[in-house]
Amino acid sequence: MSEVDIDTNELLTLIPKAEAKQSMKDFKSDQEVRWCPGCGDYAVLAAVQGFMPDLGLAKENIVFVSGIGCSSRFPYYMNTYGMHSIHGRAPAIATGLATSRRDLSVWVVTGDGDSLSIGGNHLIHALRRNVNLKILLFNNRIYGLTKGQYSPTSEIGKITKSTPLGSLDAPFNPVSLAIGAEASFVARTVDSDRKHLTSVLRAAADHPGTALVEIYQNCNIFNDGAFEVLKDKERAQEAVIRLEDGQPIRFGTDNAKGVVRDPATGDLEVVDVTPENESRILVHDTSVQSPTTAFALSRLANPDTLHHTPIGVFRNVRRPVYDTLMSEQLDTAVERQGKGDLSTLLAGNDTWTVAG
Amino acid sequence: MTSQVSSAADEANETGDTVVGQQSAPLSGASEESGPGGSGAKEVRRLDRVIIRFAGDSGDGMQLTGDRFTSETASFGNDLSTLPNFPAEIRAPAGTLPGVSSFQLHFADHDILTPGDAPNVLVAMNPAALKANIADVPRGAEIIVNTDEFTKRPMAKVGYQTSPLEDGSLDAYQVHPVPLTTLTIEALKEYGLSRKEAERSKNMFALGLLSWMYHRPTENTEAFLRSKFAKKPDIAEANVAAFRAGWNFGETTEDFAVSYEVAPAEEAFPTGTYRNISGNLALAYGLIAASHQADLPLYLGSYPITPASDVLHELSKHKNFGVRTFQAEDEIAGIGAALGAAFGGSLAVTTTSGPGVALKSETIGLAVSLELPLLIVDIQRGGPSTGLPTKTEQADLLQAMYGRNGEAPVPVVAPSTPADCFDAAMEAARIALQYRTPVFLLSDGYLANGSEPWRVPETHELPDLTVQFATTPNHELADGTETFWPYKRDPETLARPWAVPGTPGLEHRIGGIEKQDGTGNISYDPANHDFMVRTRAAKIDGIKVADLRVDDPDGARTLVLGWGSTYGPITAAVRRLRKAGQPIAQAHLRNINPFPANLGEVLGRYDKVVVPEMNLGQLATLLRAKYLVDAHSYNQVNGMPFKAEQLATAIEEAINV
Repeated sequence: MSEVDIDTNELLTLIPKAEAKQSMKDFKSDQEVRWCPGCGDYAVLAAVQGFMPDLGLAKENIVFVSGIGCSSRFPYYMNTYGMHSIHGRAPAIATGLATSRRDLSVWVVTGDGDSLSIGGNHLIHALRRNVNLKILLFNNRIYGLTKGQYSPTSEIGKITKSTPLGSLDAPFNPVSLAIGAEASFVARTVDSDRKHLTSVLRAAADHPGTALVEIYQNCNIFNDGAFEVLKDKERAQEAVIRLEDGQPIRFGTDNAKGVVRDPATGDLEVVDVTPENESRILVHDTSVQSPTTAFALSRLANPDTLHHTPIGVFRNVRRPVYDTLMSEQLDTAVERQGKGDLSTLLAGNDTWTVAG
Repeated sequence: MTSQVSSAADEANETGDTVVGQQSAPLSGASEESGPGGSGAKEVRRLDRVIIRFAGDSGDGMQLTGDRFTSETASFGNDLSTLPNFPAEIRAPAGTLPGVSSFQLHFADHDILTPGDAPNVLVAMNPAALKANIADVPRGAEIIVNTDEFTKRPMAKVGYQTSPLEDGSLDAYQVHPVPLTTLTIEALKEYGLSRKEAERSKNMFALGLLSWMYHRPTENTEAFLRSKFAKKPDIAEANVAAFRAGWNFGETTEDFAVSYEVAPAEEAFPTGTYRNISGNLALAYGLIAASHQADLPLYLGSYPITPASDVLHELSKHKNFGVRTFQAEDEIAGIGAALGAAFGGSLAVTTTSGPGVALKSETIGLAVSLELPLLIVDIQRGGPSTGLPTKTEQADLLQAMYGRNGEAPVPVVAPSTPADCFDAAMEAARIALQYRTPVFLLSDGYLANGSEPWRVPETHELPDLTVQFATTPNHELADGTETFWPYKRDPETLARPWAVPGTPGLEHRIGGIEKQDGTGNISYDPANHDFMVRTRAAKIDGIKVADLRVDDPDGARTLVLGWGSTYGPITAAVRRLRKAGQPIAQAHLRNINPFPANLGEVLGRYDKVVVPEMNLGQLATLLRAKYLVDAHSYNQVNGMPFKAEQLATAIEEAINV
């Protein structure tokens, strides 16, 4: 694996570099991993531990913050600094850490319940502020740790212990939600595709600001096979749309299908590629400031069947980073007012003296 | 003849040796006492203290007027205490009783403790202000009314069938009818302002008049107006003109025959440099000072809430001290961000009021488990739920003590006066940093908005709050390997090491799941949990706090014990009782968790313990539970501070039960 090109993210230059070459082993903590055998989380953990050495950052300057849920046990298994916090609040806690310590690389690990249900508010506000956080959203479309209730990404009609007659609520599409919340970087990947997962993690690490990575993750106990259509080689051909920056968006057997813009509505649609429409196939461009096309791409997937699910980086744009702005305000205040002097502050402008 | 004498029964006599509002002989050479441009031919009388209440519509600028009069009074060198009182609505319907906003100021030539029970002077800008406040005004007091507003409709709006200025209902008072609006408009006619704009300056006219009546220095108010309206010089000059017109009106009109002098309170104050300060300002400064003394950057995560927002506003002004202020999306994120910053090595603070504390509870529990320093500032207001946002109360004590799941002890510190908010903030920071724990700082609306003179401390007088971050391994394994154990405690304080991210070799993970003693690894072991629960409790119980001081000059058999903002009224009541020959001991708690080590012994010395609180007996409950004393609770929950007289009566009744 090649080194991450830090030239694309000047904020990485604020973080101390590792003195010696690191290996995956350096990022494994001494704690026994306690997920269910066969859980998709293992694959994600291995991918993250395997990719961390590529960053070349001092591991003491890397922090993983999580909420509550199966995926939120993640920090215990990383030999970095870490905090396993409370349900839904990881983005808020990580915001305080990242904005006060720009020399840290701060990662949030969360699940669909943690980030989209109880913690939905913190997620959208972290995204709109563009705090320098990398958020890994493990989406298994179910509540695992509480033993199998439907989640805010479960399909309508989901039969679970809490919904014996089927769930009633329409699911969130996390990528759509993130784009709607002004996210500057949004990507989706799948737990079982190590290569794709790693490439997306790298792109996220390279991004200055909040990066949201939705990871489709299989819960083999309570929602097994939820993403099978995207993983099964045969079926994936028709189901998965791989997004590659600068490339025409084509998929299917022999790339026979493509995405075009409907001139009448401006919306996107999937078509069979023909010599006539080939020139109309949309070329993917993650750097477009307008979120419109990225949002339209996120709507291609059918929430029930997952057909036409794009994976890859949807959106990757530059926008001022909250931590940087906050830090600049402190510098500006010193420039304008001078460095604070406590005695002057306490006395104020309106004193009187009592002589002995 | 104008009189400001009030009977001793009506007024608190706080020092015990002067009668409130007592007139002295007219000063000779009074002409030297007059203000700018005056001939000073009028009589000047000396008073030992005065209580003034400005009252008007929410939009009349009464808070500003009160603030300015306070500032003039502070710079003159009187002791003072203030009580702003305003509705939660920004602009309640004009001219209505719920829309009345008032500002009471008590100032004296001696040491005083409260904003006063009853005003000697009421300034009523409209019928609603008169109606809403007249019940508090003792007979014989002076009332200045804006007659322009006493027309049919405004009077009818508050239920006056006939004009109280004419129907004899105010005969017992010294009423000064002044057409404030007309006079202000007249005074400003050369400024080219619309009638509406000119009318807005009537509060400055009133301020000028009162400033004349009490010989207040005026330069600072004029400078203040010019700076406040620096971008609108016409408005600035119009306000200055209205202010001066008010002064001149007092001096020339026959209705105001007498002006008053309240000498500086020189003997009440130890040597030093003084300023006037409100509780929220003192608290904000205390946080900045704590950050300075700890040599740690200050991080505030907060969500706007009355009456705590001013701390957020104030700290946001001081980014040149390296202060980071983060206005979060909600209360939970406010404390979450603060906790994240604490993990990173900041002096972390969240500021809120009762409803916000309820939302923050889970994160406070996490902070208890993580054992990180964190200040939770609760500016208490009337509750439950939204309650009375702009009124004061002390009813969050048990929430601070127990409002979390599990055994989650948190130290509690409570300031006793507006200026004491500075020292209490430093004390809360000391405990948090030294013991690595969240700490509650329980102020309230009365302290937050009230103000008093404060001796500005020299920075070398401030305590050293420096902390050592962990930088090296702290444990040797059986095989001789050096390692870092995040929960290996200091044997003396039981505090765990604070190892901040970025420290090589000390990488560790912490979380809300129960941890194994020492290693901090997840542990569900029953015995370990029992041990950790007891250890966390022992750490808080073992925090060293100053012994409780008891003021008991007469060897009394009854102790009155308070906490927080009731200090002023309780002390005033105690002085009053002692003057009447009733021995009484007084003590006031700053540290409520843990209690001072000598509290049990102190309680045991007295036959009776009276505990006045602005709640239904929360401290009394704690005392009864811990010390098995039959604490006598005296409670008031009307959104206002205790009045000294009423409290004195209640304590006396308790003594004689």
